[in-house]
Amino acid sequence: MSYTKRLDKRKFDELRPIKAEVGIIPNADGSALFAFGKTIAIAAVYGPKPLHPQHMQEPDRGIIRCNYNMLPFSVTERAKPGPSRRSKEISMVTANALSSVVDLTRFPGTVIDVDILILQANASTRCAGINAAAMALAHAGVVMKEMVSSVSIGKIDDKIVADITKEEEDYHEGEGPTDIPFTLTSRTKEIVHLQLDGKIQTHRFAEAVECAKNACDKILDYQMRALKGEKINENE
Amino acid sequence: MQLPNINKKRIITLLKEGKRLDQRKPYDIRDITIETGVSINAEGTSRVKIGKSEVIVGVKMDVQTPYTDHEDEGTMVTSMEFSPVAGERYEAGPPQMDSIEIARVVDRGIRESGFIDWKKLCIKSGEKVWSILIDIYCINDDGNILDASAIGAVAALKVAKFPVYNEETGKVKYGEFTENSLPLTEHLPITMSFYKIGDKLLFDPTRDEEDASEARITLSVSLFKKEKAINSMQKGGITSIKLNEMDEIIKESEKLYDILLPKIEKQIKAIKK
Repeated sequence: MSYTKRLDKRKFDELRPIKAEVGIIPNADGSALFAFGKTIAIAAVYGPKPLHPQHMQEPDRGIIRCNYNMLPFSVTERAKPGPSRRSKEISMVTANALSSVVDLTRFPGTVIDVDILILQANASTRCAGINAAAMALAHAGVVMKEMVSSVSIGKIDDKIVADITKEEEDYHEGEGPTDIPFTLTSRTKEIVHLQLDGKIQTHRFAEAVECAKNACDKILDYQMRALKGEKINENE
Repeated sequence: MQLPNINKKRIITLLKEGKRLDQRKPYDIRDITIETGVSINAEGTSRVKIGKSEVIVGVKMDVQTPYTDHEDEGTMVTSMEFSPVAGERYEAGPPQMDSIEIARVVDRGIRESGFIDWKKLCIKSGEKVWSILIDIYCINDDGNILDASAIGAVAALKVAKFPVYNEETGKVKYGEFTENSLPLTEHLPITMSFYKIGDKLLFDPTRDEEDASEARITLSVSLFKKEKAINSMQKGGITSIKLNEMDEIIKESEKLYDILLPKIEKQIKAIKK
């Protein structure tokens, strides 16, 4: 039985209902919320500010330090609080993605702290986190060469789809699930973050790239509208 | 001690002409040697050298309760460390981000490929399953430790034997081995990392080349229904990868898979255990 209709009835290239707004954390220099359906991420940016201890400073550039964390009750089986290898890896790929679009040589010896918290998880948490973090950076007034937009492209059985859910990640019929989170720059469409888990024929990867480009264009639109002050909430 | 900026400039200038410091072409691989059975108390071990880079990998096994959502499947945990012996830059202490990433990327390449038949590791559904513990140690770092680690993990899994297990007491008799190999399939994963220096791509970097690079794409490929399929992928580094560079990486990975798979299989087969 092949995957001909998505479990939640969306079209193959359709995103879940999006929620996006900025300025949700009063103390932060910049902050934002981004949600794909039931996956909700918030991000706060503090900086640029001097980096302590001093020996961690880079003399010619600033660094972006990211901390991704999930609320223990964001998932069905309680996740033990504290960093895990997974959360450290996600923190790293997020920091790398954001570092690609910020000219860090403008802030030598400083750090920009990006803190991401997942309030509710239904797959694509890292993508929601990156979208929120990028918006928070822009909201903080950090000069960015381009915006970045992130989405999980899936290959569920043999169908390429945009913005996969937890239920789709657990779909093991046919060729099973493949999760491909992409983060692309807004104008030049370059890859600043990419991971993959599952099974996709080498000759089909280009289809996933096309799906990602289209999905990221849609996400970019939400991010820019939110940065202009709109409070977007497509959830019923 | 080399000054990193001068080295980086030399490397970039040479690459513009398609050349490298050691005369290799951009996608040439250094010599790979694989030994197994290098540490006898483990269920399986390997020692892999790529050029002067060297890793030792051990497989240990244990009996555990399965995960609640995979009650009839075995489990696997992969860890990696750079021993301080591996280079001046490595200090004793908990695994840093570079080790954590290597462990997780190697793990996913194996896990997603279907190389291990998880269901055959089940002893009693919902109660007891075999757990595979892979520990990777780098003992000399001259670049490309990620790919060396992946080769080492696959080789160690291939030669590993189940320890003796007492079904009644539920205890493993460590140090006593059976003749039974792990339930492995033909989907042997090959992990390949491509590094970007300036605007050029290369494969199998030395330490200096890796230090000069700003971005990396690692992908793990295995055969699925006779076609090459990507099982895992991870981008590293703080600069971007263009979409056409991604195309080139996928194409080169298909060619390199055809070169590396027979090389690795031949070396492992030649080993008597």
